[in-house]
Amino acid sequence: MTYQIDIVYFSWVKERLGRDQETIICPASVETVGDLVAHLKAVDSIYQQVFSDLKKLRFALDQDFVGLEASLGDSRELAIFPPVTGG
Amino acid sequence: MIKILVLDDDFDAGAEIANLSALGGGAVASFVGQVRGDGQLDALELEHYPAMTEKALREIAEKADKQWPLHGVTIIHRVGRLKVGEQIVLACTCSDHRQAAIEACSFIMDQLKTVAPFWKKEIKQDGSESWVEERQSDIDAAKSWKD
Repeated sequence: MTYQIDIVYFSWVKERLGRDQETIICPASVETVGDLVAHLKAVDSIYQQVFSDLKKLRFALDQDFVGLEASLGDSRELAIFPPVTGG
Repeated sequence: MIKILVLDDDFDAGAEIANLSALGGGAVASFVGQVRGDGQLDALELEHYPAMTEKALREIAEKADKQWPLHGVTIIHRVGRLKVGEQIVLACTCSDHRQAAIEACSFIMDQLKTVAPFWKKEIKQDGSESWVEERQSDIDAAKSWKD
């Protein structure tokens, strides 16, 4: 069983990865946001570079803020971005 | 009454305040944030997460509405390239009493800085660019409000 999810990137995460979105097919062993990030880092060194300091990243699943421990469930979209700086 | 707008174009803060004043509460508080002319800054580029932005702003407004007796809340946030001196954001609240209006307005601004998906990039006059980093003082301010 594999699982498909759209990932969107913003701010310097987007710039450093050189893409603003992609669809990832991941193995069933990927259950949480943290698992997915670890999976990407294992697949390609660009993710290792950009995701090297997880404390500088924030995550949203289907447009709600979540932590690395959050279960992907049947979420359709994961967003990865730095801490927000609006206002 | 909650009004949320995410705009490329400028907004008329006076007209927005007048709209809330017309609700007849007796106390209207507002805050307008502008691009500050720090150092050699030329402009800010405001990026956002379109699918999430309006929802996040609405949640902030609803929290304020639950916590204080408000007649109306308006939050407007601009995106795109904004020159020094241009308006970025408006938070406006209307209540029967001053304290509720002012506190709710302040709460909204503190939340905006930590849970609304916007990112600012500074563009200097020499063309150099850098993403703004989060500030601990903003995090502390947002946490200082009780849930």
